[in-house]
Amino acid sequence: MTGSVAPEAVPVLPRGVRLHYDRVRDQWVLLAPERAVALDAIGHAILKEIDGSRAFGSIVRGLAETYGAPEDQVAQDAGGFLRGLMDRRFLETI
Amino acid sequence: MMDGTRPEDLQAEGKRLGIPAPIAMLAELTHRCPLSCPYCSNPLELARKDRELDTETWVRVFREAADLGILQLHLSGGEPASRRDLVELVSAAREAGLYTNLITSGIGLSQRRLQELDAAGLDHVQLSLQGTDAEMADKIGGYKGGFKRKMQVAEWIKEIGFPLTLNAVVHRQNLHQLPRAIEMALEMEARRIEVAIVQFHGWALANRNALMPTKTQAAEASRIVAEARKAHKGRLVLDYVPADYHSDYPKRCMGGWGTTGLNIAPDGEVLPCHAAQTIKTLRFDNVRAKNLSEIWYSGAAFNAYRGEDWMQEPCRSCEFKKKDFGGCRCQAMALAGDPAATDPVCIKSPLDSERQARAEQFSTSEDTELTFRAQPSSA
Ligand code: SF4
Ligand code: SF4
Repeated sequence: MTGSVAPEAVPVLPRGVRLHYDRVRDQWVLLAPERAVALDAIGHAILKEIDGSRAFGSIVRGLAETYGAPEDQVAQDAGGFLRGLMDRRFLETI
Repeated sequence: MMDGTRPEDLQAEGKRLGIPAPIAMLAELTHRCPLSCPYCSNPLELARKDRELDTETWVRVFREAADLGILQLHLSGGEPASRRDLVELVSAAREAGLYTNLITSGIGLSQRRLQELDAAGLDHVQLSLQGTDAEMADKIGGYKGGFKRKMQVAEWIKEIGFPLTLNAVVHRQNLHQLPRAIEMALEMEARRIEVAIVQFHGWALANRNALMPTKTQAAEASRIVAEARKAHKGRLVLDYVPADYHSDYPKRCMGGWGTTGLNIAPDGEVLPCHAAQTIKTLRFDNVRAKNLSEIWYSGAAFNAYRGEDWMQEPCRSCEFKKKDFGGCRCQAMALAGDPAATDPVCIKSPLDSERQARAEQFSTSEDTELTFRAQPSSA
């Protein structure tokens, strides 16, 4: 199912994938095998909430509040972003 | 820095000239290797052990690389496990802030050493596969018992939990094993498999008769990869390097010459790509004498094929020139004798029909004898 992550699923960055602040380019990147994905502010905002214990639904509620955006919109955007990362094996859910 | 130019200034100057900071660095720690694959990308003239950079210099270079903007470090060779200071180098790379990947045949890695690499912070392992059974693998690698050892190493990698990519190099003699290689990647719980049809650089050039796949085989490989991508979506990522010589358009050169990555040879020479030493007109700087930043932004070899000014027709007026950068400089050198020529793998190249005829000849040759890679002469 593209574009969706179940609210109770807990996203987690697997071993070998990590957030990194790129001081030379002044931006956040997601480092993974053979890849460095440059993150925009939204991508970074989503990924920095992932701690391996918070469920996707709770992350969405937090983001919706912080950014004053409708929850279902955030769920769809963030879900699509995370799904894309899962397809590339940069993210897992537990 | 030795000449008083600060990396920050060089970077600002590079930005002004439109030169981006590099993202990836391949560190060829040594040319020594227990295997002798006939398609090795190392140069024919191998660096001797006594010419290799010492630990201290590599550690300095890792820091310079991070300052320059490098994010990904690939520790390669030869066989990087042949370096006794491998664990120390991995620690230093992580300390410098680099994502650290080990490209290995597995030979030379004990369980204990892998545990030490784990403790040192190694991020990822890339294990090469010469064949899917001992008969094929040991023949291609030229090393008896190598396959068995590699399977043991794969077990240990899985136990420790290193993220793994399996590197399957395929060619006319083992392409029929590709489906099994993909299965093995799944069994090893690899997240990625890189299926690379042999690229004809380095030692592989001498083995075109024995290794070049037929056009039918090359198409079959593409089909298998496409199907496996679909079947294993979300579980196994497949990266694919299609066959040289059988395509209509050339491959993009390393994301653009001098724009994305660099290589360091065992003796410290800094190369725009692993095969760049085949272009005899280029002069390479050495990290022993200069800071990496200075080499990247002002080195003659890096500037030689940056941008488009060096291009000839038909590339110069081609709509794809920003996409493939005129193809591979080293292949232009090897096939056209001119590194600034249009890559002869392009159908627009005047040498295109000759290239296709040669591909046909190589790939149907009855001469299947392999020329194996040599070892660096001992000091
Ligand atoms: S010149 Fe050829 S071998 Fe060198 S990086 Fe470019 S594509 Fe690769
Ligand atoms: S002519 Fe040059 S730029 Fe155009 S497709 Fe061929 S190699 Fe690429």
